[in-house]
Amino acid sequence: MALNLDDVRRAAHLARIAIDDAEAEATLAQLTRVFGMIEEMQAVDVSGIKPMSHAQDLALRLREDKVTEPNQRELFQSVAPETDAGLYLVPKVIE
Amino acid sequence: MSNATVKELSELLARKACSSVELSHDFINKINELNNSLGCYITVDAERTLAQAKAADARRAAGDAGALTGVPLAHKDIFCTKGWLTTCGSKMLGNFVAPYDAHVVERCAAEGMVTLGKTNMDEFAMGSSNETSHFGPVRNPWDPQRVPGGSSGGSAAAVAARLAPAATGTDTGGSIRQPAALTGICGLKPTYGLVSRYGMIAFASSLDQAGPMARTAEDLGLLLNVMAGHDARDSTSLQRPAEDYNRDLAKPLKGLRIGLPKEFFGAGMSADVQKATDAAIAECKKLGAVPVEVSLPNMGLSVPVYYVLAPAEASSNLSRFDGVRYGHRAAEYGDLLDMYKRSRAEGFGAEVKRRILIGTYVLSHGYYDAYYIRAQKLRRLIARDFVEAFKTCDVILGPTSPTTAFKFGEKSADPVQMYLSDIYTIAVNLAGLPGMSIPCGFGDGGLPVGLQIIGNYFDEARMLNVAHQYQLATDWHRKAPGGVQS
Repeated sequence: MALNLDDVRRAAHLARIAIDDAEAEATLAQLTRVFGMIEEMQAVDVSGIKPMSHAQDLALRLREDKVTEPNQRELFQSVAPETDAGLYLVPKVIE
Repeated sequence: MSNATVKELSELLARKACSSVELSHDFINKINELNNSLGCYITVDAERTLAQAKAADARRAAGDAGALTGVPLAHKDIFCTKGWLTTCGSKMLGNFVAPYDAHVVERCAAEGMVTLGKTNMDEFAMGSSNETSHFGPVRNPWDPQRVPGGSSGGSAAAVAARLAPAATGTDTGGSIRQPAALTGICGLKPTYGLVSRYGMIAFASSLDQAGPMARTAEDLGLLLNVMAGHDARDSTSLQRPAEDYNRDLAKPLKGLRIGLPKEFFGAGMSADVQKATDAAIAECKKLGAVPVEVSLPNMGLSVPVYYVLAPAEASSNLSRFDGVRYGHRAAEYGDLLDMYKRSRAEGFGAEVKRRILIGTYVLSHGYYDAYYIRAQKLRRLIARDFVEAFKTCDVILGPTSPTTAFKFGEKSADPVQMYLSDIYTIAVNLAGLPGMSIPCGFGDGGLPVGLQIIGNYFDEARMLNVAHQYQLATDWHRKAPGGVQS
């Protein structure tokens, strides 16, 4: 299947990445190359094969439900772009 | 001293023939002299390094030293190191000082190893040439016009140029083995789950695995002994009894069955790589190993499968970089959505954005089954091929990379060309198997060639045995690039 500019813009929107027209055009050309290669996958019959999501067949471990981490808010917020009174600041979302 | 191996340095330190402070000084001086031209390190901090070295010397004086106490090493800048800049090669994390240590960093520090600095890498480990780093390219010490491979290119070049005796790396599709091959050093990607991913900035979580890079197989084993081990903070970290990965180094290779996949030796490999690989296999035969032809019929699909699965996982993992809790935030923005979009557009480089878009697309409504689920099914077929192959052989040998180091810009215009650099390494990650690369000669222009050794699950000790026996009989691993020998 052929990708078009709308597909690129839609993926960029879903991925929350701003993209202008020139970038979208350039990206389309490169993604078309990549998906051309990916299409090779369609040549193989995979009916009856169970998808493999992981290299090891692991069950998730459970742990006791207790607090194990100390409060390190100041340390963690020291690398944040903008904080105030222990809160992360973002543009207003509720009018 | 900068030409000594990890093993030799640990012996010098044990004999008190030198101190860790002296050693660290030597390496810092060499880094200061050569790093501007090679670009191996993103961050060095002599004060911190020397403080760690001093502590290691004190520990030794107190009679409390481990095998590698006082031995310096470099960490790939993908590992969080408390108090050090940890950029992952990205503008996005250009000012990120890690608030905690990765498990690997913790283990090395607990052993008393000394951090020389943080090494350059492809942005978020996405690349095979180190050209996608926000902090500029790393130059191959064998030829500064050529790439060192990637994504652990800074670690590889630092070890090759004797700016570190060893380094940590990570390998999602070949990022330890391919740069090791292109710079003439050794690198090992362990079985998935052996080394904790805690504090290792995630790219594709079902494939990412950390491992050591050094100049001999024996050194890799010493380092893996330190790095491997269960960690409850990584849900995929395996609970296994501790082992000495160097326990079988001395075993002769007589009767060892070496699997040669016919798919490895077809078209695509350059003539000089083929010649060096054939000679290495002949050497193993001389040492008593028995070649067995095996087949990995679905290996040809590993690159397309990887470029669905790895970007899918990356698009999810990298959604955490939103300009809110850490990392780059755009200077100007309107509402929250605009802030996300601009911060991410500015913070990520072109290749990272490309992969996020591929991943977002293959996971999006209507395409999920055709791409993502199909790729996961093919992943199982690729893994099964190895299970079949290991029924008739003990290790698999082949090339690590289809070519020797290529020139800057040679493959960067066409992503597919670049992706094919990892054609021999990717299948190993998909299967979760251990793989390593060791130097096995030189190709055209005196550029190093790597031999890939693939083992069955948890068979690292046997792979190191094969590599060590080969290194006892050959001296390719002792060759240093011109101008860097001390």
